[in-house]
Amino acid sequence: MYKYVVKRLLMMIPTLIGAAVLVFLLLRAIPGDVCEVRLAGTGLYADPAEIELCQKSLGLDKPLILGLDTQFTDFVGGYFTFDLGESMWTGKPITYEIGLRFKLSLQMAIMATVVAVAIAIPLGIISAVKQDTWIDYAVRAFSIAGIAIPSFWLGIMIILGLLIFTQAWLGEPWMPPIDYVSPLEDPWRNLSQLIWPAVATGYRYSAVATRMTRSAMLEVLREDYVRTARAKGLMEKVIINHHALKNALLPVVTIIAIEFAFLIGGLVVTEQVFNLNGLGKLFVESVGNQDFALTQQLVMLVVLVFVFTNLVVDVFYAWLDPRIRYS
Amino acid sequence: MATPEVYIDSEGLAEDQRSLLGKLAGLCRRQPLGAAGALVVIAMIVMAVFANLISPYDPELAAFENMLQAPNADYWFGTDQFGRDILTRLIYGARTALFVGFTCAFIGATGGLVLGVASAYFGGRFDLILQRIMDVFMAFPLIILALAVVATLGTGIQNVIIAITIPFIPQCARVVRSSALSIREIPYVDAARACGFSDLRIILRHMAPNVMAPYLIMLTTFVGQAILLEASLSYLGLGVQEPTPAWGLMLQGGAEEYAESAPWVPIFPGIAISLAVFGFNLFGDALRDLLDPKLRNR
Repeated sequence: MYKYVVKRLLMMIPTLIGAAVLVFLLLRAIPGDVCEVRLAGTGLYADPAEIELCQKSLGLDKPLILGLDTQFTDFVGGYFTFDLGESMWTGKPITYEIGLRFKLSLQMAIMATVVAVAIAIPLGIISAVKQDTWIDYAVRAFSIAGIAIPSFWLGIMIILGLLIFTQAWLGEPWMPPIDYVSPLEDPWRNLSQLIWPAVATGYRYSAVATRMTRSAMLEVLREDYVRTARAKGLMEKVIINHHALKNALLPVVTIIAIEFAFLIGGLVVTEQVFNLNGLGKLFVESVGNQDFALTQQLVMLVVLVFVFTNLVVDVFYAWLDPRIRYS
Repeated sequence: MATPEVYIDSEGLAEDQRSLLGKLAGLCRRQPLGAAGALVVIAMIVMAVFANLISPYDPELAAFENMLQAPNADYWFGTDQFGRDILTRLIYGARTALFVGFTCAFIGATGGLVLGVASAYFGGRFDLILQRIMDVFMAFPLIILALAVVATLGTGIQNVIIAITIPFIPQCARVVRSSALSIREIPYVDAARACGFSDLRIILRHMAPNVMAPYLIMLTTFVGQAILLEASLSYLGLGVQEPTPAWGLMLQGGAEEYAESAPWVPIFPGIAISLAVFGFNLFGDALRDLLDPKLRNR
């Protein structure tokens, strides 16, 4: 087991190095840089000497990769000194910029997951138990619709619906608050802001989990021990909830864990719709400003979370099933 | 070799047709969702192909005197902030969506097919290195990789296609590789090698046809995914640019601004995107059930 974990940890290294190189080169292939965006972006004349000075102060005049003191060593070297550098746009430390938004993104990810689980598990079970009936078809159509409906459009529709219904019922239109308040400070205000994007993303994200629950349940329900339980005369409810569900949940938990990892960084479009100041929005902004330093750290954060989640899931599987360890 | 005689028997033909229709009806009964999906897909293709015949107006011509009209007899789905007919732009948008969808899906899935089979066939160090490279690409959320590529190449339809295709290749390669691994063990591959066929020929002629099931399944799923991704990128302003009619673009800017006073502007394009992706996903699911008995009931 110990050997397996070490092996998997070592396998993470080439993936992370590859991701770092890929992101680095992709960003450097963009014509222009943050200095030009900042100084010439307004359409006014920018002094080339001033741009050069700015590039020099940010280290953008250094060679790209080859050499000891390059832009790439600046980027990767930061990981060994635990210094992620400063945003090229605001000049503040990147850890500060990320920390400011991380809470919101994390809370959104958790809430969306809760919504997804609350939808996926009951629907998946019903769909499997009533296989090939109209209930099954309805659930499957509902879950496929979840993948099909763009979450940003669902977001616009939710906002629109809120406006129309509050207008009709309360007499004046109501919109979710725009500024983020910590849930500890004002839980009600916090919830009234974040519940809507959480529903929009949670529904989408429940689709895969519903299908996974359904297929896992179908497999388990055909097992001998379920037949034995039925033959014993156990109540169907007990069989499903205690005997079948527990064994079907493993792949479902995996899918949920992996999607959770993606949610933290992958909320790009939803945050745009609800005007939330999270990591996704920060990413879009930093790409727009050509803020290389911030963009590459954000991407690496998402990649790291994803790779690490995958590792934890694999190790968990190997712990449960010794055959995986030796293959 | 004697050529078999060909009979033209009108009765037999009729019977054949009936059985074909019967088969189709049977398929609809067994796969009602898949049949519904196929219907949406066909409707969309017809819409895209005959866009200039069906649509009543010009999709790109602004007519400010007709700005933001509510749905009425002349403009069934209303008009947008430039006075353009929304229905017309939806019909032409199907062209953009299908073009992007099919191009990305075809190139992505085919690239994945070749890489996946090659990876399984050669094995060893080649496989190991290729898999690590795939790992790198798979570690990015689809939208973030696509955004990064668009940021590099710039906006516009070709660059959107490239941005969406790149993340598809490793996804398909991984699935194809796992089926190709089991095929490699079948003796006919050894036989082909013993005959002295080139590696390329064995990969393309002997192995690739046997992984068609996962390939086709990935292909149809990719079409839906590509349509959705294109819409997301266009919505963020990083995809297809005005005045080209594209569904995601129709949701951008004005659509949100006028949502309250002119809800038809954001509603219809969103329905079009959802319906299209829904259709392709249902179709892909049914295809999976038909082609891959092992995956049935998943």
